[in-house]
Amino acid sequence: MPKTENSHYHHVRPEVIPLLASGELFTAAECQATRYAYAEAILELGKRNPDVVVLDADVSKSVRTTEFAKTFPDRSFNFGIAEQNMMAAAAGMATTGLIPFATTYAVFASMRALDQVRNSIHYPHLNVKIAASHGGITPGPDGPTHQGQEDLSILRSIAGSTVVAAADPPTTRLAVWAAAEYEGPVYLSFTRDPVPVIFDMDYPFEIGKAVTVRDGSDATIFAIRDMVSQSLVAAERLAAKGWHVRVVDCHTLKPLDTEAILQAAEETGAIVTAESNIILGGLGSAVAEVLVENHPVPMKRIGMRDSFAESGPYLEIVKKYGMSAEHIARAVEDVIARKHP
Amino acid sequence: MTTAPVPMSIEELKQMAVTIRCDIIEMIATAKAGHPGGSLSAADVVTALYFRVMNVDPENPNWPERDRFILSKGHACPVWYAALAERGYFDKAHLGTLRKLDSILQGHPDMKKTPGIDMTAGSLGHGLSAGLGMALSGRLRKQDYHVWVIVGDGESQEGSIWEAAMAAAKWDLDNLTAILDRNHLQNDGCVDTEMPIDPVPDKWQAFGWHVMEIDGHDMEQVVEALEKAKTIKGKPTMIIAHTIKGKGVSFMENVAGWHGKAPCAEEAAQALEDIRRCANA
Repeated sequence: MPKTENSHYHHVRPEVIPLLASGELFTAAECQATRYAYAEAILELGKRNPDVVVLDADVSKSVRTTEFAKTFPDRSFNFGIAEQNMMAAAAGMATTGLIPFATTYAVFASMRALDQVRNSIHYPHLNVKIAASHGGITPGPDGPTHQGQEDLSILRSIAGSTVVAAADPPTTRLAVWAAAEYEGPVYLSFTRDPVPVIFDMDYPFEIGKAVTVRDGSDATIFAIRDMVSQSLVAAERLAAKGWHVRVVDCHTLKPLDTEAILQAAEETGAIVTAESNIILGGLGSAVAEVLVENHPVPMKRIGMRDSFAESGPYLEIVKKYGMSAEHIARAVEDVIARKHP
Repeated sequence: MTTAPVPMSIEELKQMAVTIRCDIIEMIATAKAGHPGGSLSAADVVTALYFRVMNVDPENPNWPERDRFILSKGHACPVWYAALAERGYFDKAHLGTLRKLDSILQGHPDMKKTPGIDMTAGSLGHGLSAGLGMALSGRLRKQDYHVWVIVGDGESQEGSIWEAAMAAAKWDLDNLTAILDRNHLQNDGCVDTEMPIDPVPDKWQAFGWHVMEIDGHDMEQVVEALEKAKTIKGKPTMIIAHTIKGKGVSFMENVAGWHGKAPCAEEAAQALEDIRRCANA
């Protein structure tokens, strides 16, 4: 397998590249839910940093933070099904210098315990990391009550928040470690369902710094969390038609990398955003705000429209609700067409 | 008048409680907004904590080994601000800036703005959980501090209070003491009819807490209960302090309307007179 340094891909594992073009990414690539990558990362982090503690709300088996609990029983706290108590307790712990990772599902972290997350964690800017699995529609079979399709929008609207949703397992590990180094609250959104392992660990993960993972000049796709893989496949489909499409992994929704957005607007003149979050207030909205105020270009948003999804296999929901590589590719063709009316 | 050294005697604490009640009235009257009723009901407990019971250092408000205090019913913060100012955490002149722009004294407690505030509060039902987190942390790091949380009786209608109650017992947190300011009133009226929380002692006992009941305005009982709480081992302690909302001010006592209303100048003068007369009675 040739090295990728001369290709138009960056930090993408060489064995993944042919699967992007053949359309076999979701069937042939190694896949893992990013919640498990979080569990592995936190275990390693626990060994390095004695201040790291893990709080759970009866999801430790689901997320596999059980490993952390086994290794560090003194630093693991299961709050039972009581997310509000867990979040405010995490805030109290953070006042003493501990670095709590409060672990639950996105719907509960961003909604049930939102009052605690806003008033007791963000308002005093305490050093709590909120680790939320089941982000977006990734708990496909569980259905809408467990699909955290608003978590990114909700957390983004809180003053001083930092919102991160990594695309795949390796970058999730990097995101967890970066969050621990960052002073202040960080919301981390993980996938419940498996996603392809796309990136190498040489990926330069920095909070607030979007990463161009595929070069292109005709349009740019800004994608977050599980939609990065769909976007890379979309770019290959468009390549077959002769379009050179840039793909940017916008893993940090906030603070948003406005520089990368404006550069893409200037250099490629057309932008599509892709998220499995609702399109109200998430990545699409954030990118649109930057473009409208600074450099309007043709743009389209891919994401959950104004509806709830349903139970079903994750990839089938992605297709049915208009967020698949094919949908993204069509949106890109549309914005490219609008560039040259 | 010079302030007596800490720890204060019962008589000195009673005098300090009068001073703090007067500070509360003056602050809220000057601000023309605030919550006098619940500040006055908690005044004796807060006085006993800051001037006798708690291990704190106003010169070093972030000392890691200090006892922690959380006013979970954050709207009663005038009592906290008055105690902190009288204890020397900041200049008393700040009390006149309550709720004004650029003040260190926000309408609800803000740990990032006010020296001595250990936890931001305001949205009800958070403080006991935050205190629980501090207590877990103290145990993990083998630090000897005690965590004190004042919870409102109206606030106890929040479900999260009971989540915290369960958790504190699960972890046998004997370094955590809650004090229930049982004044029977909340914004809309009477706790006992709006959404009854009785039987309060039975509930906390059933949740696994050591429960004491005291007259929350009898300084001897207050001090004794707080000191006793530190000696209870193996479980968290709940001190149910029976109090009177608006305590010390004749026209505020047991009147729900004074939950969140400022006295006008004449009312404030009357209130100060009442408080001082009460003290001399």
